[in-house]
Amino acid sequence: MGFKQLINSKKTQAFFAAFVLFGTNQLMAQTSAEGNATAVDKGAMWTGVAYNVLLILVGAVCVGIVGKILKVYDLTQKMQGKRGINWNTIMGVCCAIFLIAGLYGASWSLIVQGGMTLPQPGSAHGGLIDSMFTTTTILTLIVFFITQICLFGFAFFYRNSAKRKAHFLPHNNTIEKIWTIIPAIVLTILVVFGFFTWQKVMNSTEQKGDLNVDVTGHQFAWEIRYPGADGKLGPVNFKLSTPNNVLGVDFKDRRSMDDQSADTLVLPVNRVVRINIHAQDVIHSVYMPHFRVQLNAVPGLPTFFRFTPTITTEEMRKKLDDPKFEYLLYCNKICGAGHWNMQRVVRVVSQAEYQSWIARQKPYLNDQLRKELHFADAATPANSVKAVSNTLALNK
Amino acid sequence: MSTLAVHDHGVVHHEEGHEHHHKATFLNTYVFSQDHKYIAKQFLVTGIIMAFFAMVLSILFRIQLAYPDKTFPFLTTLLGHFAPNGRISADFYMSLVTIHGTIMVFFVLTAGLSGTFANLLIPLQVGARDMASPFVNMLSYWFFFAASIVMLSSFLVEKGPASGGWTIYPPLSALPKAMPGSGMGMTLWLISMVLFIASQLMGGINYISTVLNMRTKGMDLWKMPLTVWALFLTAVLGVLSFPVLVAGVVLLIFDRSFGTSFYLSDIVLNGQVQPYEGGSPILFQHLFWFLGHPEVYIIIMPAMGLSSEVLAVNSRKPIFGYHAMVYSLIGISVLSFIVWGHHMFVTGMNPFLGGVFMITTLIIAVPSAVKTFNWLATLWRGNIRFTPAMLFAIGMVSFFISGGLTGIFLGNAALDINLHDTYFVVAHFHLVMGSAAIFGMLAGVYHWFPKMYRRMMDERLGYLHFWLTFIGAYLVFFPMHFMGLDGVPRRYYAFTEFESMKRWLTVNVFITWAAIMAGIAQLAFAYNFIHSIFWGKKTVQNPWNANTLEWTAPIEHIHGNWHGEIPTVYRWAYDYSKPGHDEDFIPQNVPFSQTMSSNLPHDFEDNPAGLEEHAKWVDAQKANVAVK
Ligand code: HEM
Ligand SMILES: [Cu+2]
Ligand SMILES: [Cu+2]
Repeated sequence: MGFKQLINSKKTQAFFAAFVLFGTNQLMAQTSAEGNATAVDKGAMWTGVAYNVLLILVGAVCVGIVGKILKVYDLTQKMQGKRGINWNTIMGVCCAIFLIAGLYGASWSLIVQGGMTLPQPGSAHGGLIDSMFTTTTILTLIVFFITQICLFGFAFFYRNSAKRKAHFLPHNNTIEKIWTIIPAIVLTILVVFGFFTWQKVMNSTEQKGDLNVDVTGHQFAWEIRYPGADGKLGPVNFKLSTPNNVLGVDFKDRRSMDDQSADTLVLPVNRVVRINIHAQDVIHSVYMPHFRVQLNAVPGLPTFFRFTPTITTEEMRKKLDDPKFEYLLYCNKICGAGHWNMQRVVRVVSQAEYQSWIARQKPYLNDQLRKELHFADAATPANSVKAVSNTLALNK
Repeated sequence: MSTLAVHDHGVVHHEEGHEHHHKATFLNTYVFSQDHKYIAKQFLVTGIIMAFFAMVLSILFRIQLAYPDKTFPFLTTLLGHFAPNGRISADFYMSLVTIHGTIMVFFVLTAGLSGTFANLLIPLQVGARDMASPFVNMLSYWFFFAASIVMLSSFLVEKGPASGGWTIYPPLSALPKAMPGSGMGMTLWLISMVLFIASQLMGGINYISTVLNMRTKGMDLWKMPLTVWALFLTAVLGVLSFPVLVAGVVLLIFDRSFGTSFYLSDIVLNGQVQPYEGGSPILFQHLFWFLGHPEVYIIIMPAMGLSSEVLAVNSRKPIFGYHAMVYSLIGISVLSFIVWGHHMFVTGMNPFLGGVFMITTLIIAVPSAVKTFNWLATLWRGNIRFTPAMLFAIGMVSFFISGGLTGIFLGNAALDINLHDTYFVVAHFHLVMGSAAIFGMLAGVYHWFPKMYRRMMDERLGYLHFWLTFIGAYLVFFPMHFMGLDGVPRRYYAFTEFESMKRWLTVNVFITWAAIMAGIAQLAFAYNFIHSIFWGKKTVQNPWNANTLEWTAPIEHIHGNWHGEIPTVYRWAYDYSKPGHDEDFIPQNVPFSQTMSSNLPHDFEDNPAGLEEHAKWVDAQKANVAVK
């Protein structure tokens, strides 16, 4: 019986090899034909699908055969009066192997893939968050390794044996108290630090920034509005929105007149920036991971995030040895089909660079919008904006 | 009163045999059955079919993530205009993740898991002839079935199924023009969920009343197996929280169809000013997560209960700290109602509120930790029998640890600023909820298969299934943590537009292949399951030498569960390897008078007469020894 099966499996091995050859040919054919979806392609497509299905079937047959062989082996062993396959031992050993391979794999992943994660924070509060993160990581990793080692270690060491009876241990109040209180203490510490860090980051008593910028999300882009020379952003009202005045800025208010729009979010280093966050249609999320900044943009619920960039883009490029590095702002709340590509470059620059940059930005109130709003003097104020916006817009 | 009537019903039925007033027809035996054991199987099979469907969806979107630039002509053949030119469209990608999440969370891990095991185990383990109301119980299944059909039918809609994520936040889900899936697909999603919730409530009320009113003689609450405790508390959570989702869903229907503004305000869509004013999108999130967080425990608690039972039976040891296990389940249940805000730290909710939710959230980690340690202590010095069920239960504990620990990061509001909605969250909940609960469920299927189908599943295929799935799940979800820590967002159609995310492409390819491997491994399960139903080895009365009552019921399924009287319960469910007893298990229906040699003073804590007897017996033994 067993012998016959073996021959069978040899045959299938040959089959398998043939399939692999056939399959590579198939794949080659497909890659060359890619692009022009013709009728010929369709035929190739079905062979490709059929090939994969067959591959799975062949795999299944192999599994079946191995299973049968094991069964036959097991039976013959038993007939000869020996003990059959001891699955308990095999599985116990598998647990031990998994433990070792898993520890290795997890450590590898932590080191290699962990090394691919975000660089040091580019903002003042980012440091607080990162040290919180480090503490939490160390504590949880200790627990992770100890508990997984216990789990699979116990599974291996206490695998079934007919000679032994399990140790009857229904409970032990002391040890249960210990392992309730210790996690409670550790978590209390984490909560307390977390709470104060959170309060500091989201500080709601300090409301003002040195620079106020409006960031508004809609499907599928971000609009950026700077306050202009007066350092004050004009109010918006969604009902005023038109194709030329997407944000619905209210020009009855004088503060609106000098507002500027921009394509890039340029921020002066070491200044407190207040990002005012709006959404027009659905929920979006302003996500700037390098600064450890995120807040949802919710229609009808304006919010803001205050933070201080501390490392210029230039410095970060040097640190990371990556001349193409850019800080980014992207959307992090599902908002429709274009959600995956809704980004703006954020550039942190020196004070002087900021000022020369802001001077070059267009006024929000452009000529078309002037016409639409029937503003008489089309050209003059726009020029004056340029003239005065050379100073950093300070929020009073 | 009604419970008494049901009791009698069963007895009468048995005594009168087949002359009972309603005849067994094909319809009422195999389709509209009111027998809890059959309904359990209906839930299980429907749940497994839904799981396979949702798994295929996940493979489809994994292909997109791994090969964003390649074309696959067969996708166009398979999906038509949802995948033009051999590539899944961005809109349909969103539908895939949405429906995958919805089906897995609600249809598989809520209905498929609770529905199966609450139905099967509650009456059999507490010693009842059936559910409190078998008719409502049957309705519960058929509402679930209808909900499944409606949910699947949304793939037949021109514009595709709902696509706003399984959390369907408005305004995205409220404005049909915001994305194609928010049209008819979303309507079907909402109808399906209303049916689903009705099903859950009917089921839940039944489970609760059965546990409270229909326990057999001697089965006081503190003698119930942990499975029953877990399923009972799960049902309580469901009954208290699902209605809130109905409220949220109804208001959403109003906003969509009747022009109200509960969730909508200040909206300009595609350049068009919309008339909505005064609503709040955040209100929906509060309502959703008031259900949503208890929901994740609705999913994991049955898995915890099943695993606790399987771990104890196969370690041949009492579950360690039974009382602590029950109290931690109760603690989790209560706390799960006051932590929902941790899903909303960065919505712009008042930061102080965020601080409060952070405190409650990290408190809930304590009972979770206690449960984990108790499981480990159960294995310690056991005599572990590696049935496939046992392996899956061990896998469940491993996933619960790995995923639970990342909860401590996310529960910390300060850390969540950067982690929210990234792949870190995806990794967290797929390990702690997805994988852990599926493994708990599979442990249950392998363990109670003989009870359901009177045959055994093949062990070796079970081993293969376990190892491939277990390793596959870790390979899929472990690397995702690091993508999240690099600021890679979830629900992105492709990462090709971001220079910084391109280096994760190889990892994405790796994950996709690991997922495909794990997916193929499920074929081993499907084959094993179907083959064993018809051709598996016949089971014996008590195949695992377990203590609980279901193994005293006859192998042949009979209406009313036991011939004659229902067994009386004398002891807890965990007298495994008790010193002084010749076997390594003592079923719950064995009286202490038959096990004098193994009784402990502890067994008679609330039974002074028994304690006296015990003391006398011990003295007599001592005297005996002295004489010799
Ligand atoms: C150790 C205790 C746990 C803590 C402290 C915790 C904490 C959190 C937090 C704070 C989030 C929100 C993350 C975010 O969106 O930014 C989250 C997400 C989630 N958690 Fe947990 N969690 C724990 C255990 C669990 C368990 C046991 C389950 C399920 C059985 C679970 C399922 C989920 C799910 C499904 C989500 C994601 C929902 C979504 O956004 O789609 N968590 N968890
Ligand atoms: Cu978005
Ligand atoms: Cu939650």
